[in-house]
Amino acid sequence: MSRLKSIAAVTGSLLCFAAAGAAFADIPVKGEAKPWQLGFQVAATDVMQQNAWFHDKLLLPLSVAIALFVLALMIYVFIRFNAKANPVPSKTAHNTTVEVVWTVIPTIIVAVIGIIGVRQVYFQDAPPADLAAWSGVAPVGKEVVLKATGNRWYWEYEYPEEGVSFSSIMIEDADLKPGQPRLLSVDNHVVIPVNTVIRLQVTANPQDVLHAWTIPSFGVKVDAVPGRLNERWFRVLPGFEGRYYGQCSELCGQRHSAMPIAVDVVSREDYEAWLAKTKAASNGAPAGQTTIALNTGAAE
Amino acid sequence: MAYGETAHAGHDDHAKPSFVRRWLMSTNHKDIGTLYLIFAIVAGMIGGALSVMMRMELAEPGIQIFTHLAINPVTGQPDLDRARQIFNVFISAHGLIMIFFMVMPALIGGFGNWFVPLMIGAPDMAFPRMNNISFWLLVPALGLLVMSMFVGEGPGGGWTIYPPLAVLGNSSTPGGDASIDLAIFALHVAGISSILGAINFITTILNMRAPGMTLHKMPLFVWSVLVTVFLLLLALPVLAGAITMLLTDRNFGTHFFDAQGGGDPILFQHLFWFFGHPEVYILILPGFGIISQVVSTFSKKPVFGYLGMAYAMVGIGVIGFVVWAHHMFTVGMNVDTQAYFVAATLVIAVPTGIKIFSWIATMWGGSIEFKTPMLFALGMIFLFTVGGVTGVILANASVDQSMHDTYYVVAHFHYTMSMGALFSMFAGFYYWVGKMWGVQYNEFLGKLHFWISFIGVNLIFFPQHFLGMAGMPRRIPDYNDVYQGWNHVSSMGAYLSYAGAILFLIIIVEAFMRKRKVADNPWGEGATTLEWTLSSPPPFHQFNDLPRIK
Repeated sequence: MSRLKSIAAVTGSLLCFAAAGAAFADIPVKGEAKPWQLGFQVAATDVMQQNAWFHDKLLLPLSVAIALFVLALMIYVFIRFNAKANPVPSKTAHNTTVEVVWTVIPTIIVAVIGIIGVRQVYFQDAPPADLAAWSGVAPVGKEVVLKATGNRWYWEYEYPEEGVSFSSIMIEDADLKPGQPRLLSVDNHVVIPVNTVIRLQVTANPQDVLHAWTIPSFGVKVDAVPGRLNERWFRVLPGFEGRYYGQCSELCGQRHSAMPIAVDVVSREDYEAWLAKTKAASNGAPAGQTTIALNTGAAE
Repeated sequence: MAYGETAHAGHDDHAKPSFVRRWLMSTNHKDIGTLYLIFAIVAGMIGGALSVMMRMELAEPGIQIFTHLAINPVTGQPDLDRARQIFNVFISAHGLIMIFFMVMPALIGGFGNWFVPLMIGAPDMAFPRMNNISFWLLVPALGLLVMSMFVGEGPGGGWTIYPPLAVLGNSSTPGGDASIDLAIFALHVAGISSILGAINFITTILNMRAPGMTLHKMPLFVWSVLVTVFLLLLALPVLAGAITMLLTDRNFGTHFFDAQGGGDPILFQHLFWFFGHPEVYILILPGFGIISQVVSTFSKKPVFGYLGMAYAMVGIGVIGFVVWAHHMFTVGMNVDTQAYFVAATLVIAVPTGIKIFSWIATMWGGSIEFKTPMLFALGMIFLFTVGGVTGVILANASVDQSMHDTYYVVAHFHYTMSMGALFSMFAGFYYWVGKMWGVQYNEFLGKLHFWISFIGVNLIFFPQHFLGMAGMPRRIPDYNDVYQGWNHVSSMGAYLSYAGAILFLIIIVEAFMRKRKVADNPWGEGATTLEWTLSSPPPFHQFNDLPRIK
């Protein structure tokens, strides 16, 4: 993972695009939890589909099986060896065979888990050149670099290769419009194209504290650390266009619960159109000035 | 408690010390153990009350409980941001109190002090006066921590006190008010207490075993304390260094953890977890020891695979020092580092599995009596297994991207701690209460306490797995309404569990009021360790003639 030291404070043209959030108003919401949900949110990326497979198809069944096996042994022992059923205890305190068995079998199990797990760690670190061979779908279009900078208590986004940047601030409860989920809705959404490798760079303002950027459906969680530029990658698979929500995932002070993340995944054409419109809207705005500098919050 | 009435003749020919001399200047390991246990119960009720307040807030979406603690004196209106900060303060205090002032004092200071000398046939601890100061340092430490909650904005960084948040607080400049400084001092003082205690236990166990009590004949509880105190001695100085650097960053203009001055916030996390991961084994290993004694006693069988059990604990202790960065998979570690910590973490599952299976094998062929201590031990074995398998899931850095800093992690570590460590403590308490104070608990109430606790803690923490997988972050006072269902169930479980804690207090009071007499060995043939050869309660000084172990 590339980790660049001590980047300069985010300067340049910090601009506000009031249109950005509303651009895809009728987009379906895909990345959110449901009441009484038991498992993961929808898995929309290669990375998350891998995590979901590993957890749902291997780790969880294995864990349940081990827990039930232990429970079954215990229940058998309770019935067979309680004081009434077995008044005279045996004195057995050693059995080399079973001791070897219960050392070797768990070792094999964790070795298998470890091999799969470590393979995934390397896969998730950088997009493999043969991504199509992993998932059957080749990514299209130029990779998009997206930079997220954590501030107390909002996110700043930058598309460094496009010269576009904006802040994304939570909408307070009083200002919510119908259909906007509480504590998840923001004024300006991140927009990314579907089926394109996204290089996500995450950092925090050098004067700030730790934050963490995540979208559960993307299987990506990166700490925003002052002085570090962390990079992860993901690619939203075709068919998963929609709106995705996430929340800051590293305790960052009193409004930790109030700096959500919202990403709109759209077609390449829609993305290009949004980009063009956003750039056009930014022409004429004075450089180095942001119309949203601070999140004062309605509660104050 | 009148030691004179039940003590063996010839053991107790001192004049009885006055109350002040006996309890404030105590050098008797049993009295100091009792003080530790009282302290742990008080701290546990405080820490538990904090968690009940948090669960009350989280029972419904929105912020409605903590607003009552955050009324602006000028406007008379609740200040929502202040309420959120107080929630964070509760999170920090709950974690620190439960770890440093409840579990460690109870298991190591309480049961360790009481039963390590008795089990190895020693008259007392090696350094009785140091033992006294170990305890009395804890009292001001808890005082400092409680004080910190009422100073300024309070320590809102969680028990992990990560900088820069722990340096800046909610302001933009270092220092601010003294709240986090007080919390840091509390950790320093508690740390000194633990290090002194660790030195005392190591010396006692290595030098004061009765003739014939070789290391390989020591009861497993003593083994567990021996491993634990070595972990304490090696891990706590690292914490002390880290929090001292934090203190100077806050107050004296250093930049150890400030990126703007060439420091690195992640350095603190490495230092913290180099202490913090062994710390979680410090919390659970004495529990493992208690479970071994209890399971063996109530199965009327010796512990299965004694040497394997002892060295599994040594193995867990050693490996526990080289897995710390699995708490930090999302900080941006390089990929080879992540791969190593995945592999090393998975290895710990093997010795832990050995312990679980050995307990079951101990019961196999036994003649099991389901008394209250045994119920808590059996509950611990199963629930710790659940916490263990979710630990294996979390060990994978890939899946951890989905779990890290969600309620799944909260569920995982409470299954190991709130069920593992706490149930071990209750098992130990019911197992030894008659021995310690010569009064027996009420069996019906004890069993009721077990079932309330068992149902309560599962109601709290099992739904939190679902919340975490659905993406709910931890350490938030307010959540989107979709998470309400399981949060509500979890809060109901918290109320039930706290009712169980109050029942526990009632059980203690009832036992002391009824004064049911306890035989020297109330548990019969299965209780083979040395403390059961003494009277209940034991004489003020025991083993003036050292026992010989064959």
